[in-house]
Amino acid sequence: MSDQIPFVNYLVLGDNPHLVANECTSCGARFFDRRNACARCSGIEFKDAAIATQGEVRTFTIVAFAAPGVDVPFVSVIVDCDGTSVRANLVNVDPTPEAVKVGMPVRLTTFSIGKDDEGVEAINFGFEPAA
Amino acid sequence: MGAEDVYILGIRMTKFGKHKELDVPDLATEATLAALKDGGVEMKDMDIIAAGNLMGGAMPIAQVIQKACGQTGIPAYNVSNACATGATALRVVCMSIKAGESEMGLAVGVEKLAGAGLLAGGSRKKDGNSWERSGRYGAVASVDGRIGTDIMPGVFAQIGMEYDHKYGGANFELFAEISRKNHSHSTLNPLASYTKEMTLEQIMGDIMIAYPNTRPMCSANCDGAAAAVLVSGTKLKTLSQEQQRRAVKIAASILTSDPYQEACQVLPDVNTLTRAAATQAYEQAGIGPSDLDLVELHDCFATAELVHYDNLMLCEEGNAVDFFKSGATWRTGSTPVNVSGGLQSKGHPIAATGIANVWEVCHHLRGEAGPRQIEGAKVGLAHVIGLASACGIHILESNSA
Repeated sequence: MSDQIPFVNYLVLGDNPHLVANECTSCGARFFDRRNACARCSGIEFKDAAIATQGEVRTFTIVAFAAPGVDVPFVSVIVDCDGTSVRANLVNVDPTPEAVKVGMPVRLTTFSIGKDDEGVEAINFGFEPAA
Repeated sequence: MGAEDVYILGIRMTKFGKHKELDVPDLATEATLAALKDGGVEMKDMDIIAAGNLMGGAMPIAQVIQKACGQTGIPAYNVSNACATGATALRVVCMSIKAGESEMGLAVGVEKLAGAGLLAGGSRKKDGNSWERSGRYGAVASVDGRIGTDIMPGVFAQIGMEYDHKYGGANFELFAEISRKNHSHSTLNPLASYTKEMTLEQIMGDIMIAYPNTRPMCSANCDGAAAAVLVSGTKLKTLSQEQQRRAVKIAASILTSDPYQEACQVLPDVNTLTRAAATQAYEQAGIGPSDLDLVELHDCFATAELVHYDNLMLCEEGNAVDFFKSGATWRTGSTPVNVSGGLQSKGHPIAATGIANVWEVCHHLRGEAGPRQIEGAKVGLAHVIGLASACGIHILESNSA
């Protein structure tokens, strides 16, 4: 498994892939980026919080026009994972308004985005329809 | 004695569109000299200048403007607040006058943006030969398109579809219909970038950028500038009857930033800070939304206009879809919105927008808007949003009553 790495620091691979947030120990606000302090209460202590791998699409767009190198069309979603909002792509779905709906149940999935020159494979996450 | 009242003495926008032969100083000078002339004053009468130009980076635009059309040694404030830059320049001058440090001041916004394409998310860094972590998410390569979208048409599409999720009733056709309204309104505005009526079929059938926003449902990148001369109430009383009659009172000048909300660092929250700014603005002006004769709001995308009906409390909470369907926001309706054509059709030269929308409102309050005049307009509101995030709201009142 050492030749696989997560695409971002907040993705945990292994048998049960999931996202992990920095949770403020004072107020419970959750962040996915490296933190200096809490944007809600200015607290400076954080602990890891595992994020639910099931959720509901709170909103989406189907991007048809993007920078060179970005594969289009793709579906961008904000997923409500048991109270924590996550930005991701919706995968394993037709990128059409007929197939993608607000409120649809989804679950986390992972996939390779390719190997680098040393043969290390980067694994990204997305969500896929759960129903 | 309370703080000074502040009035707009002179104001002007250039034509928005492609100005191939004009550069940033040209456009800024045209707006500045026209605003001074409109107010019947000169550069030497100004006590302060605040100006913005986003694409110019660190260029001190206020000094560039002074070098182009009048170096008088006054304090110059270069402001940058994304799409709220123009409103911020206006607000800086307003604060200076209220504080008693200035009697008269100049606010300018200028941008060269024709043909700019996507701004955020317009290019993606090529993947390296080896995965190396960088940035605050520790990503091994560019995330745009791999973990959601960075492009503004997509971000604001999600903001509009979120409204649908919350309240229902919004769909592609409804958003396109909002765009049809603004394109229709612009046919009466000779300073707009686009002045062509568009049918619903044309709008929905145009190039899809980020569902449900097609190209004509996105703000039009263009060149343009806008400038305003502000004056204290005390100083205004010493000026001519004509200057006093045409002066427009700034009944409220508000700027907010986005307070923390769950998800606001995942998808920008343009709602909370707009609602907060609107609440403060109505309170400061001593009026309510039903008193507004016209509204220029930040329709950077068709999907954005809908949520701001609600955020500005033009309708009951959750009722923006029915409010729009009632025809209220067409120029013939009870609360005309974006009679200029809005950002989708008039255009959006970013730093100029927050002054150009105030110009539009003033134009009507002075009864000078010609064929697109909203008859008898006395009170109007101008709103802008810059990501991520600033909200500027100005409520303006006619002084001729």
